[in-house]
Amino acid sequence: MERPRHSLDRPPAGGLTPERRAEYWTRNVRLLTGLLLVWAAVSYGAGILLHRWLDQWMLPGSGFPLGFWFAQQGSILVFVVLVFVYARRMNRLDREFGVDEED
Amino acid sequence: MGVQAWTFVLVGLSFALYIGVAIRSRAGSTREFYVAGGGVPPLANGMATAADWMSAASFLSMAGAISFLGYDGSVYLMGWTGGFVLLALLLAPYLRKFGKFTVPDFVGDRYESRTARIVAVVCAIFVSFTYVSGQMQGVGIVLSRFLEVPVTWGVVIGMGIVFFYAVLGGMKGITYTQVAQYCVLIFAYLVPAIFLAISMADTPVPQLGLGAHGADGVSLLARLEGLHQELGFASYLDGSKATLDVLAITLALMVGTAGLPHVIVRFYTVPKVRDARISVGWALLFIAILYTTAPAIAVFARTNLLDSVRDRPREELPAWFDKWETTGLVSWTDRNDDGRVQYLGPAAEGVNELEVHKDIMVLANPEIAGLPDWVVGLVAAGALAAALSTAAGLLLVVSTSVSHDLLKRTFRPSISEKGELVAARVAAGVAVCLAGYLGIHPPGFVAEVVAFAFGLAASSFFPVILLGIFSKRMNRAGAISGMLSGILFTAAYIVWFKFLHPELSTPEHWWLGISPEGIGALGMALNFAVATVVSRMTAPPSAAVQALVEEIRVPRGSGPAHEIDA
Repeated sequence: MERPRHSLDRPPAGGLTPERRAEYWTRNVRLLTGLLLVWAAVSYGAGILLHRWLDQWMLPGSGFPLGFWFAQQGSILVFVVLVFVYARRMNRLDREFGVDEED
Repeated sequence: MGVQAWTFVLVGLSFALYIGVAIRSRAGSTREFYVAGGGVPPLANGMATAADWMSAASFLSMAGAISFLGYDGSVYLMGWTGGFVLLALLLAPYLRKFGKFTVPDFVGDRYESRTARIVAVVCAIFVSFTYVSGQMQGVGIVLSRFLEVPVTWGVVIGMGIVFFYAVLGGMKGITYTQVAQYCVLIFAYLVPAIFLAISMADTPVPQLGLGAHGADGVSLLARLEGLHQELGFASYLDGSKATLDVLAITLALMVGTAGLPHVIVRFYTVPKVRDARISVGWALLFIAILYTTAPAIAVFARTNLLDSVRDRPREELPAWFDKWETTGLVSWTDRNDDGRVQYLGPAAEGVNELEVHKDIMVLANPEIAGLPDWVVGLVAAGALAAALSTAAGLLLVVSTSVSHDLLKRTFRPSISEKGELVAARVAAGVAVCLAGYLGIHPPGFVAEVVAFAFGLAASSFFPVILLGIFSKRMNRAGAISGMLSGILFTAAYIVWFKFLHPELSTPEHWWLGISPEGIGALGMALNFAVATVVSRMTAPPSAAVQALVEEIRVPRGSGPAHEIDA
């Protein structure tokens, strides 16, 4: 991967060709679409639409009905994980395309 | 030492800490005043954001509200955390790359429109003032309840503290004070919760205690559900709101959270785009610590309350009951003259005799659990930290909107750096005084306008920023028509049910059964639809704007004082 080293007179948008730029953006949108599907699945899905149905099971090893757990604990924990996963994967994508920030 | 002495000492120490931090981090330039010089480490920014976001309401009222609402309280838990996922994935990194000072900056530059900028400024100021009056009121209530000073004096003391660090230090002073305030508030929130978890569930972790089994092998939640059924209260595990309404409220709160200007602006303060991404993660983690503890406190406190009062003779009730009865937060009328407390829900046969205010669940927790006096003082200091940190963040948005968005960018572009900084300080000072006035003379509709703040943020800022980043085709006509239709629809619905016809505000009259709290979700959808259709029928934005969009989509090049010329 060729990384542009010049910082003062570099071309705009990280110095990528239009094709590379479009590819970078597509990869970004694909990643965040996937993460947002999980976001919606745990909150709107498990926490709201399916919570009554899920309540017939318990979260293993605890006294939590599963749907209630998703609504008041699980979804929040998944949200935290999603943001950290996003930050990690995006930083990796930036390096792959050579558009990460110089230190 | 008694409760009051401990409260004086702990509140005094925490105030001294905030002032000390503020003196060490004064702002010398507009860039330091608006965005802390863009040099806040991501972890510190995460903590500051968490303190900024968690208000007096989160600290004092949320656990209590959940303990009365049961499952229905989940809308707040998911709504006020899920928005940070949207913020991290869809807004924060790109706004950091854009790299100016405010949300109206982005709206005005991206859409090359003074009108759009002014609409954004008005929304930002309205949303922030709505919030801040509630915070000052919270400061007054806490100081008056714990230190027995009059509410007015409580508010004035709070104003003095906020004035000191917000006016002197701007964003820089606020940020580092908020880091200290987060530590105080989370410690104060967790200590009673941990004690409760140990006593009720044999574990020091409240989140685990919520799902624990009692000595008899029955889970705490199942026992509480049983008590609710026996006493005729609505089911704790199921809730009573319609599913569509729960969906709408959760979505409106999530999107509103992501669109609130005082939250968004925090991510302009970190050095790099990748710091903005990770910083939202830290903020959400720090918020989640409190937000996953709140439902545990709700169940512990609710079970404790039902166990200790139901059908007991009045004289046998514990001492905390007498104390809080004098404040009016619990009130008991012996309707059937049997000297016993009947605490019954709407579905029970018999008459309910007990009214309990939701705020008591956090305020009286230490006493209900029989904790030492210093814990009570700690809760007071924590509540003040929550209220002051949020108030300061909001006041900064107001002062920045005036000095930067209105003066510098709209009406007096020739103003010097020094003049702008003076204007920012004066605006912050005036805003503190105005907020204090609202705290002492609260408008009767504070609770109602909170629905407004989230509805407006959801139906105006969020779609317009999102489309500005993700659609190169989105133009001025689309953005303005989208914002206006979203705001007008949402505002009209809320005003109709909350102010003009509050008696009609029941599920039968609501459109599709969606409450005014959740209507922002439809307002947002309307904004997206109108903006998309109108922009396709009008000319695309200029080449300069399209280049700007390309630029903010890529992290490289976000220098410390980076300005993009659109």
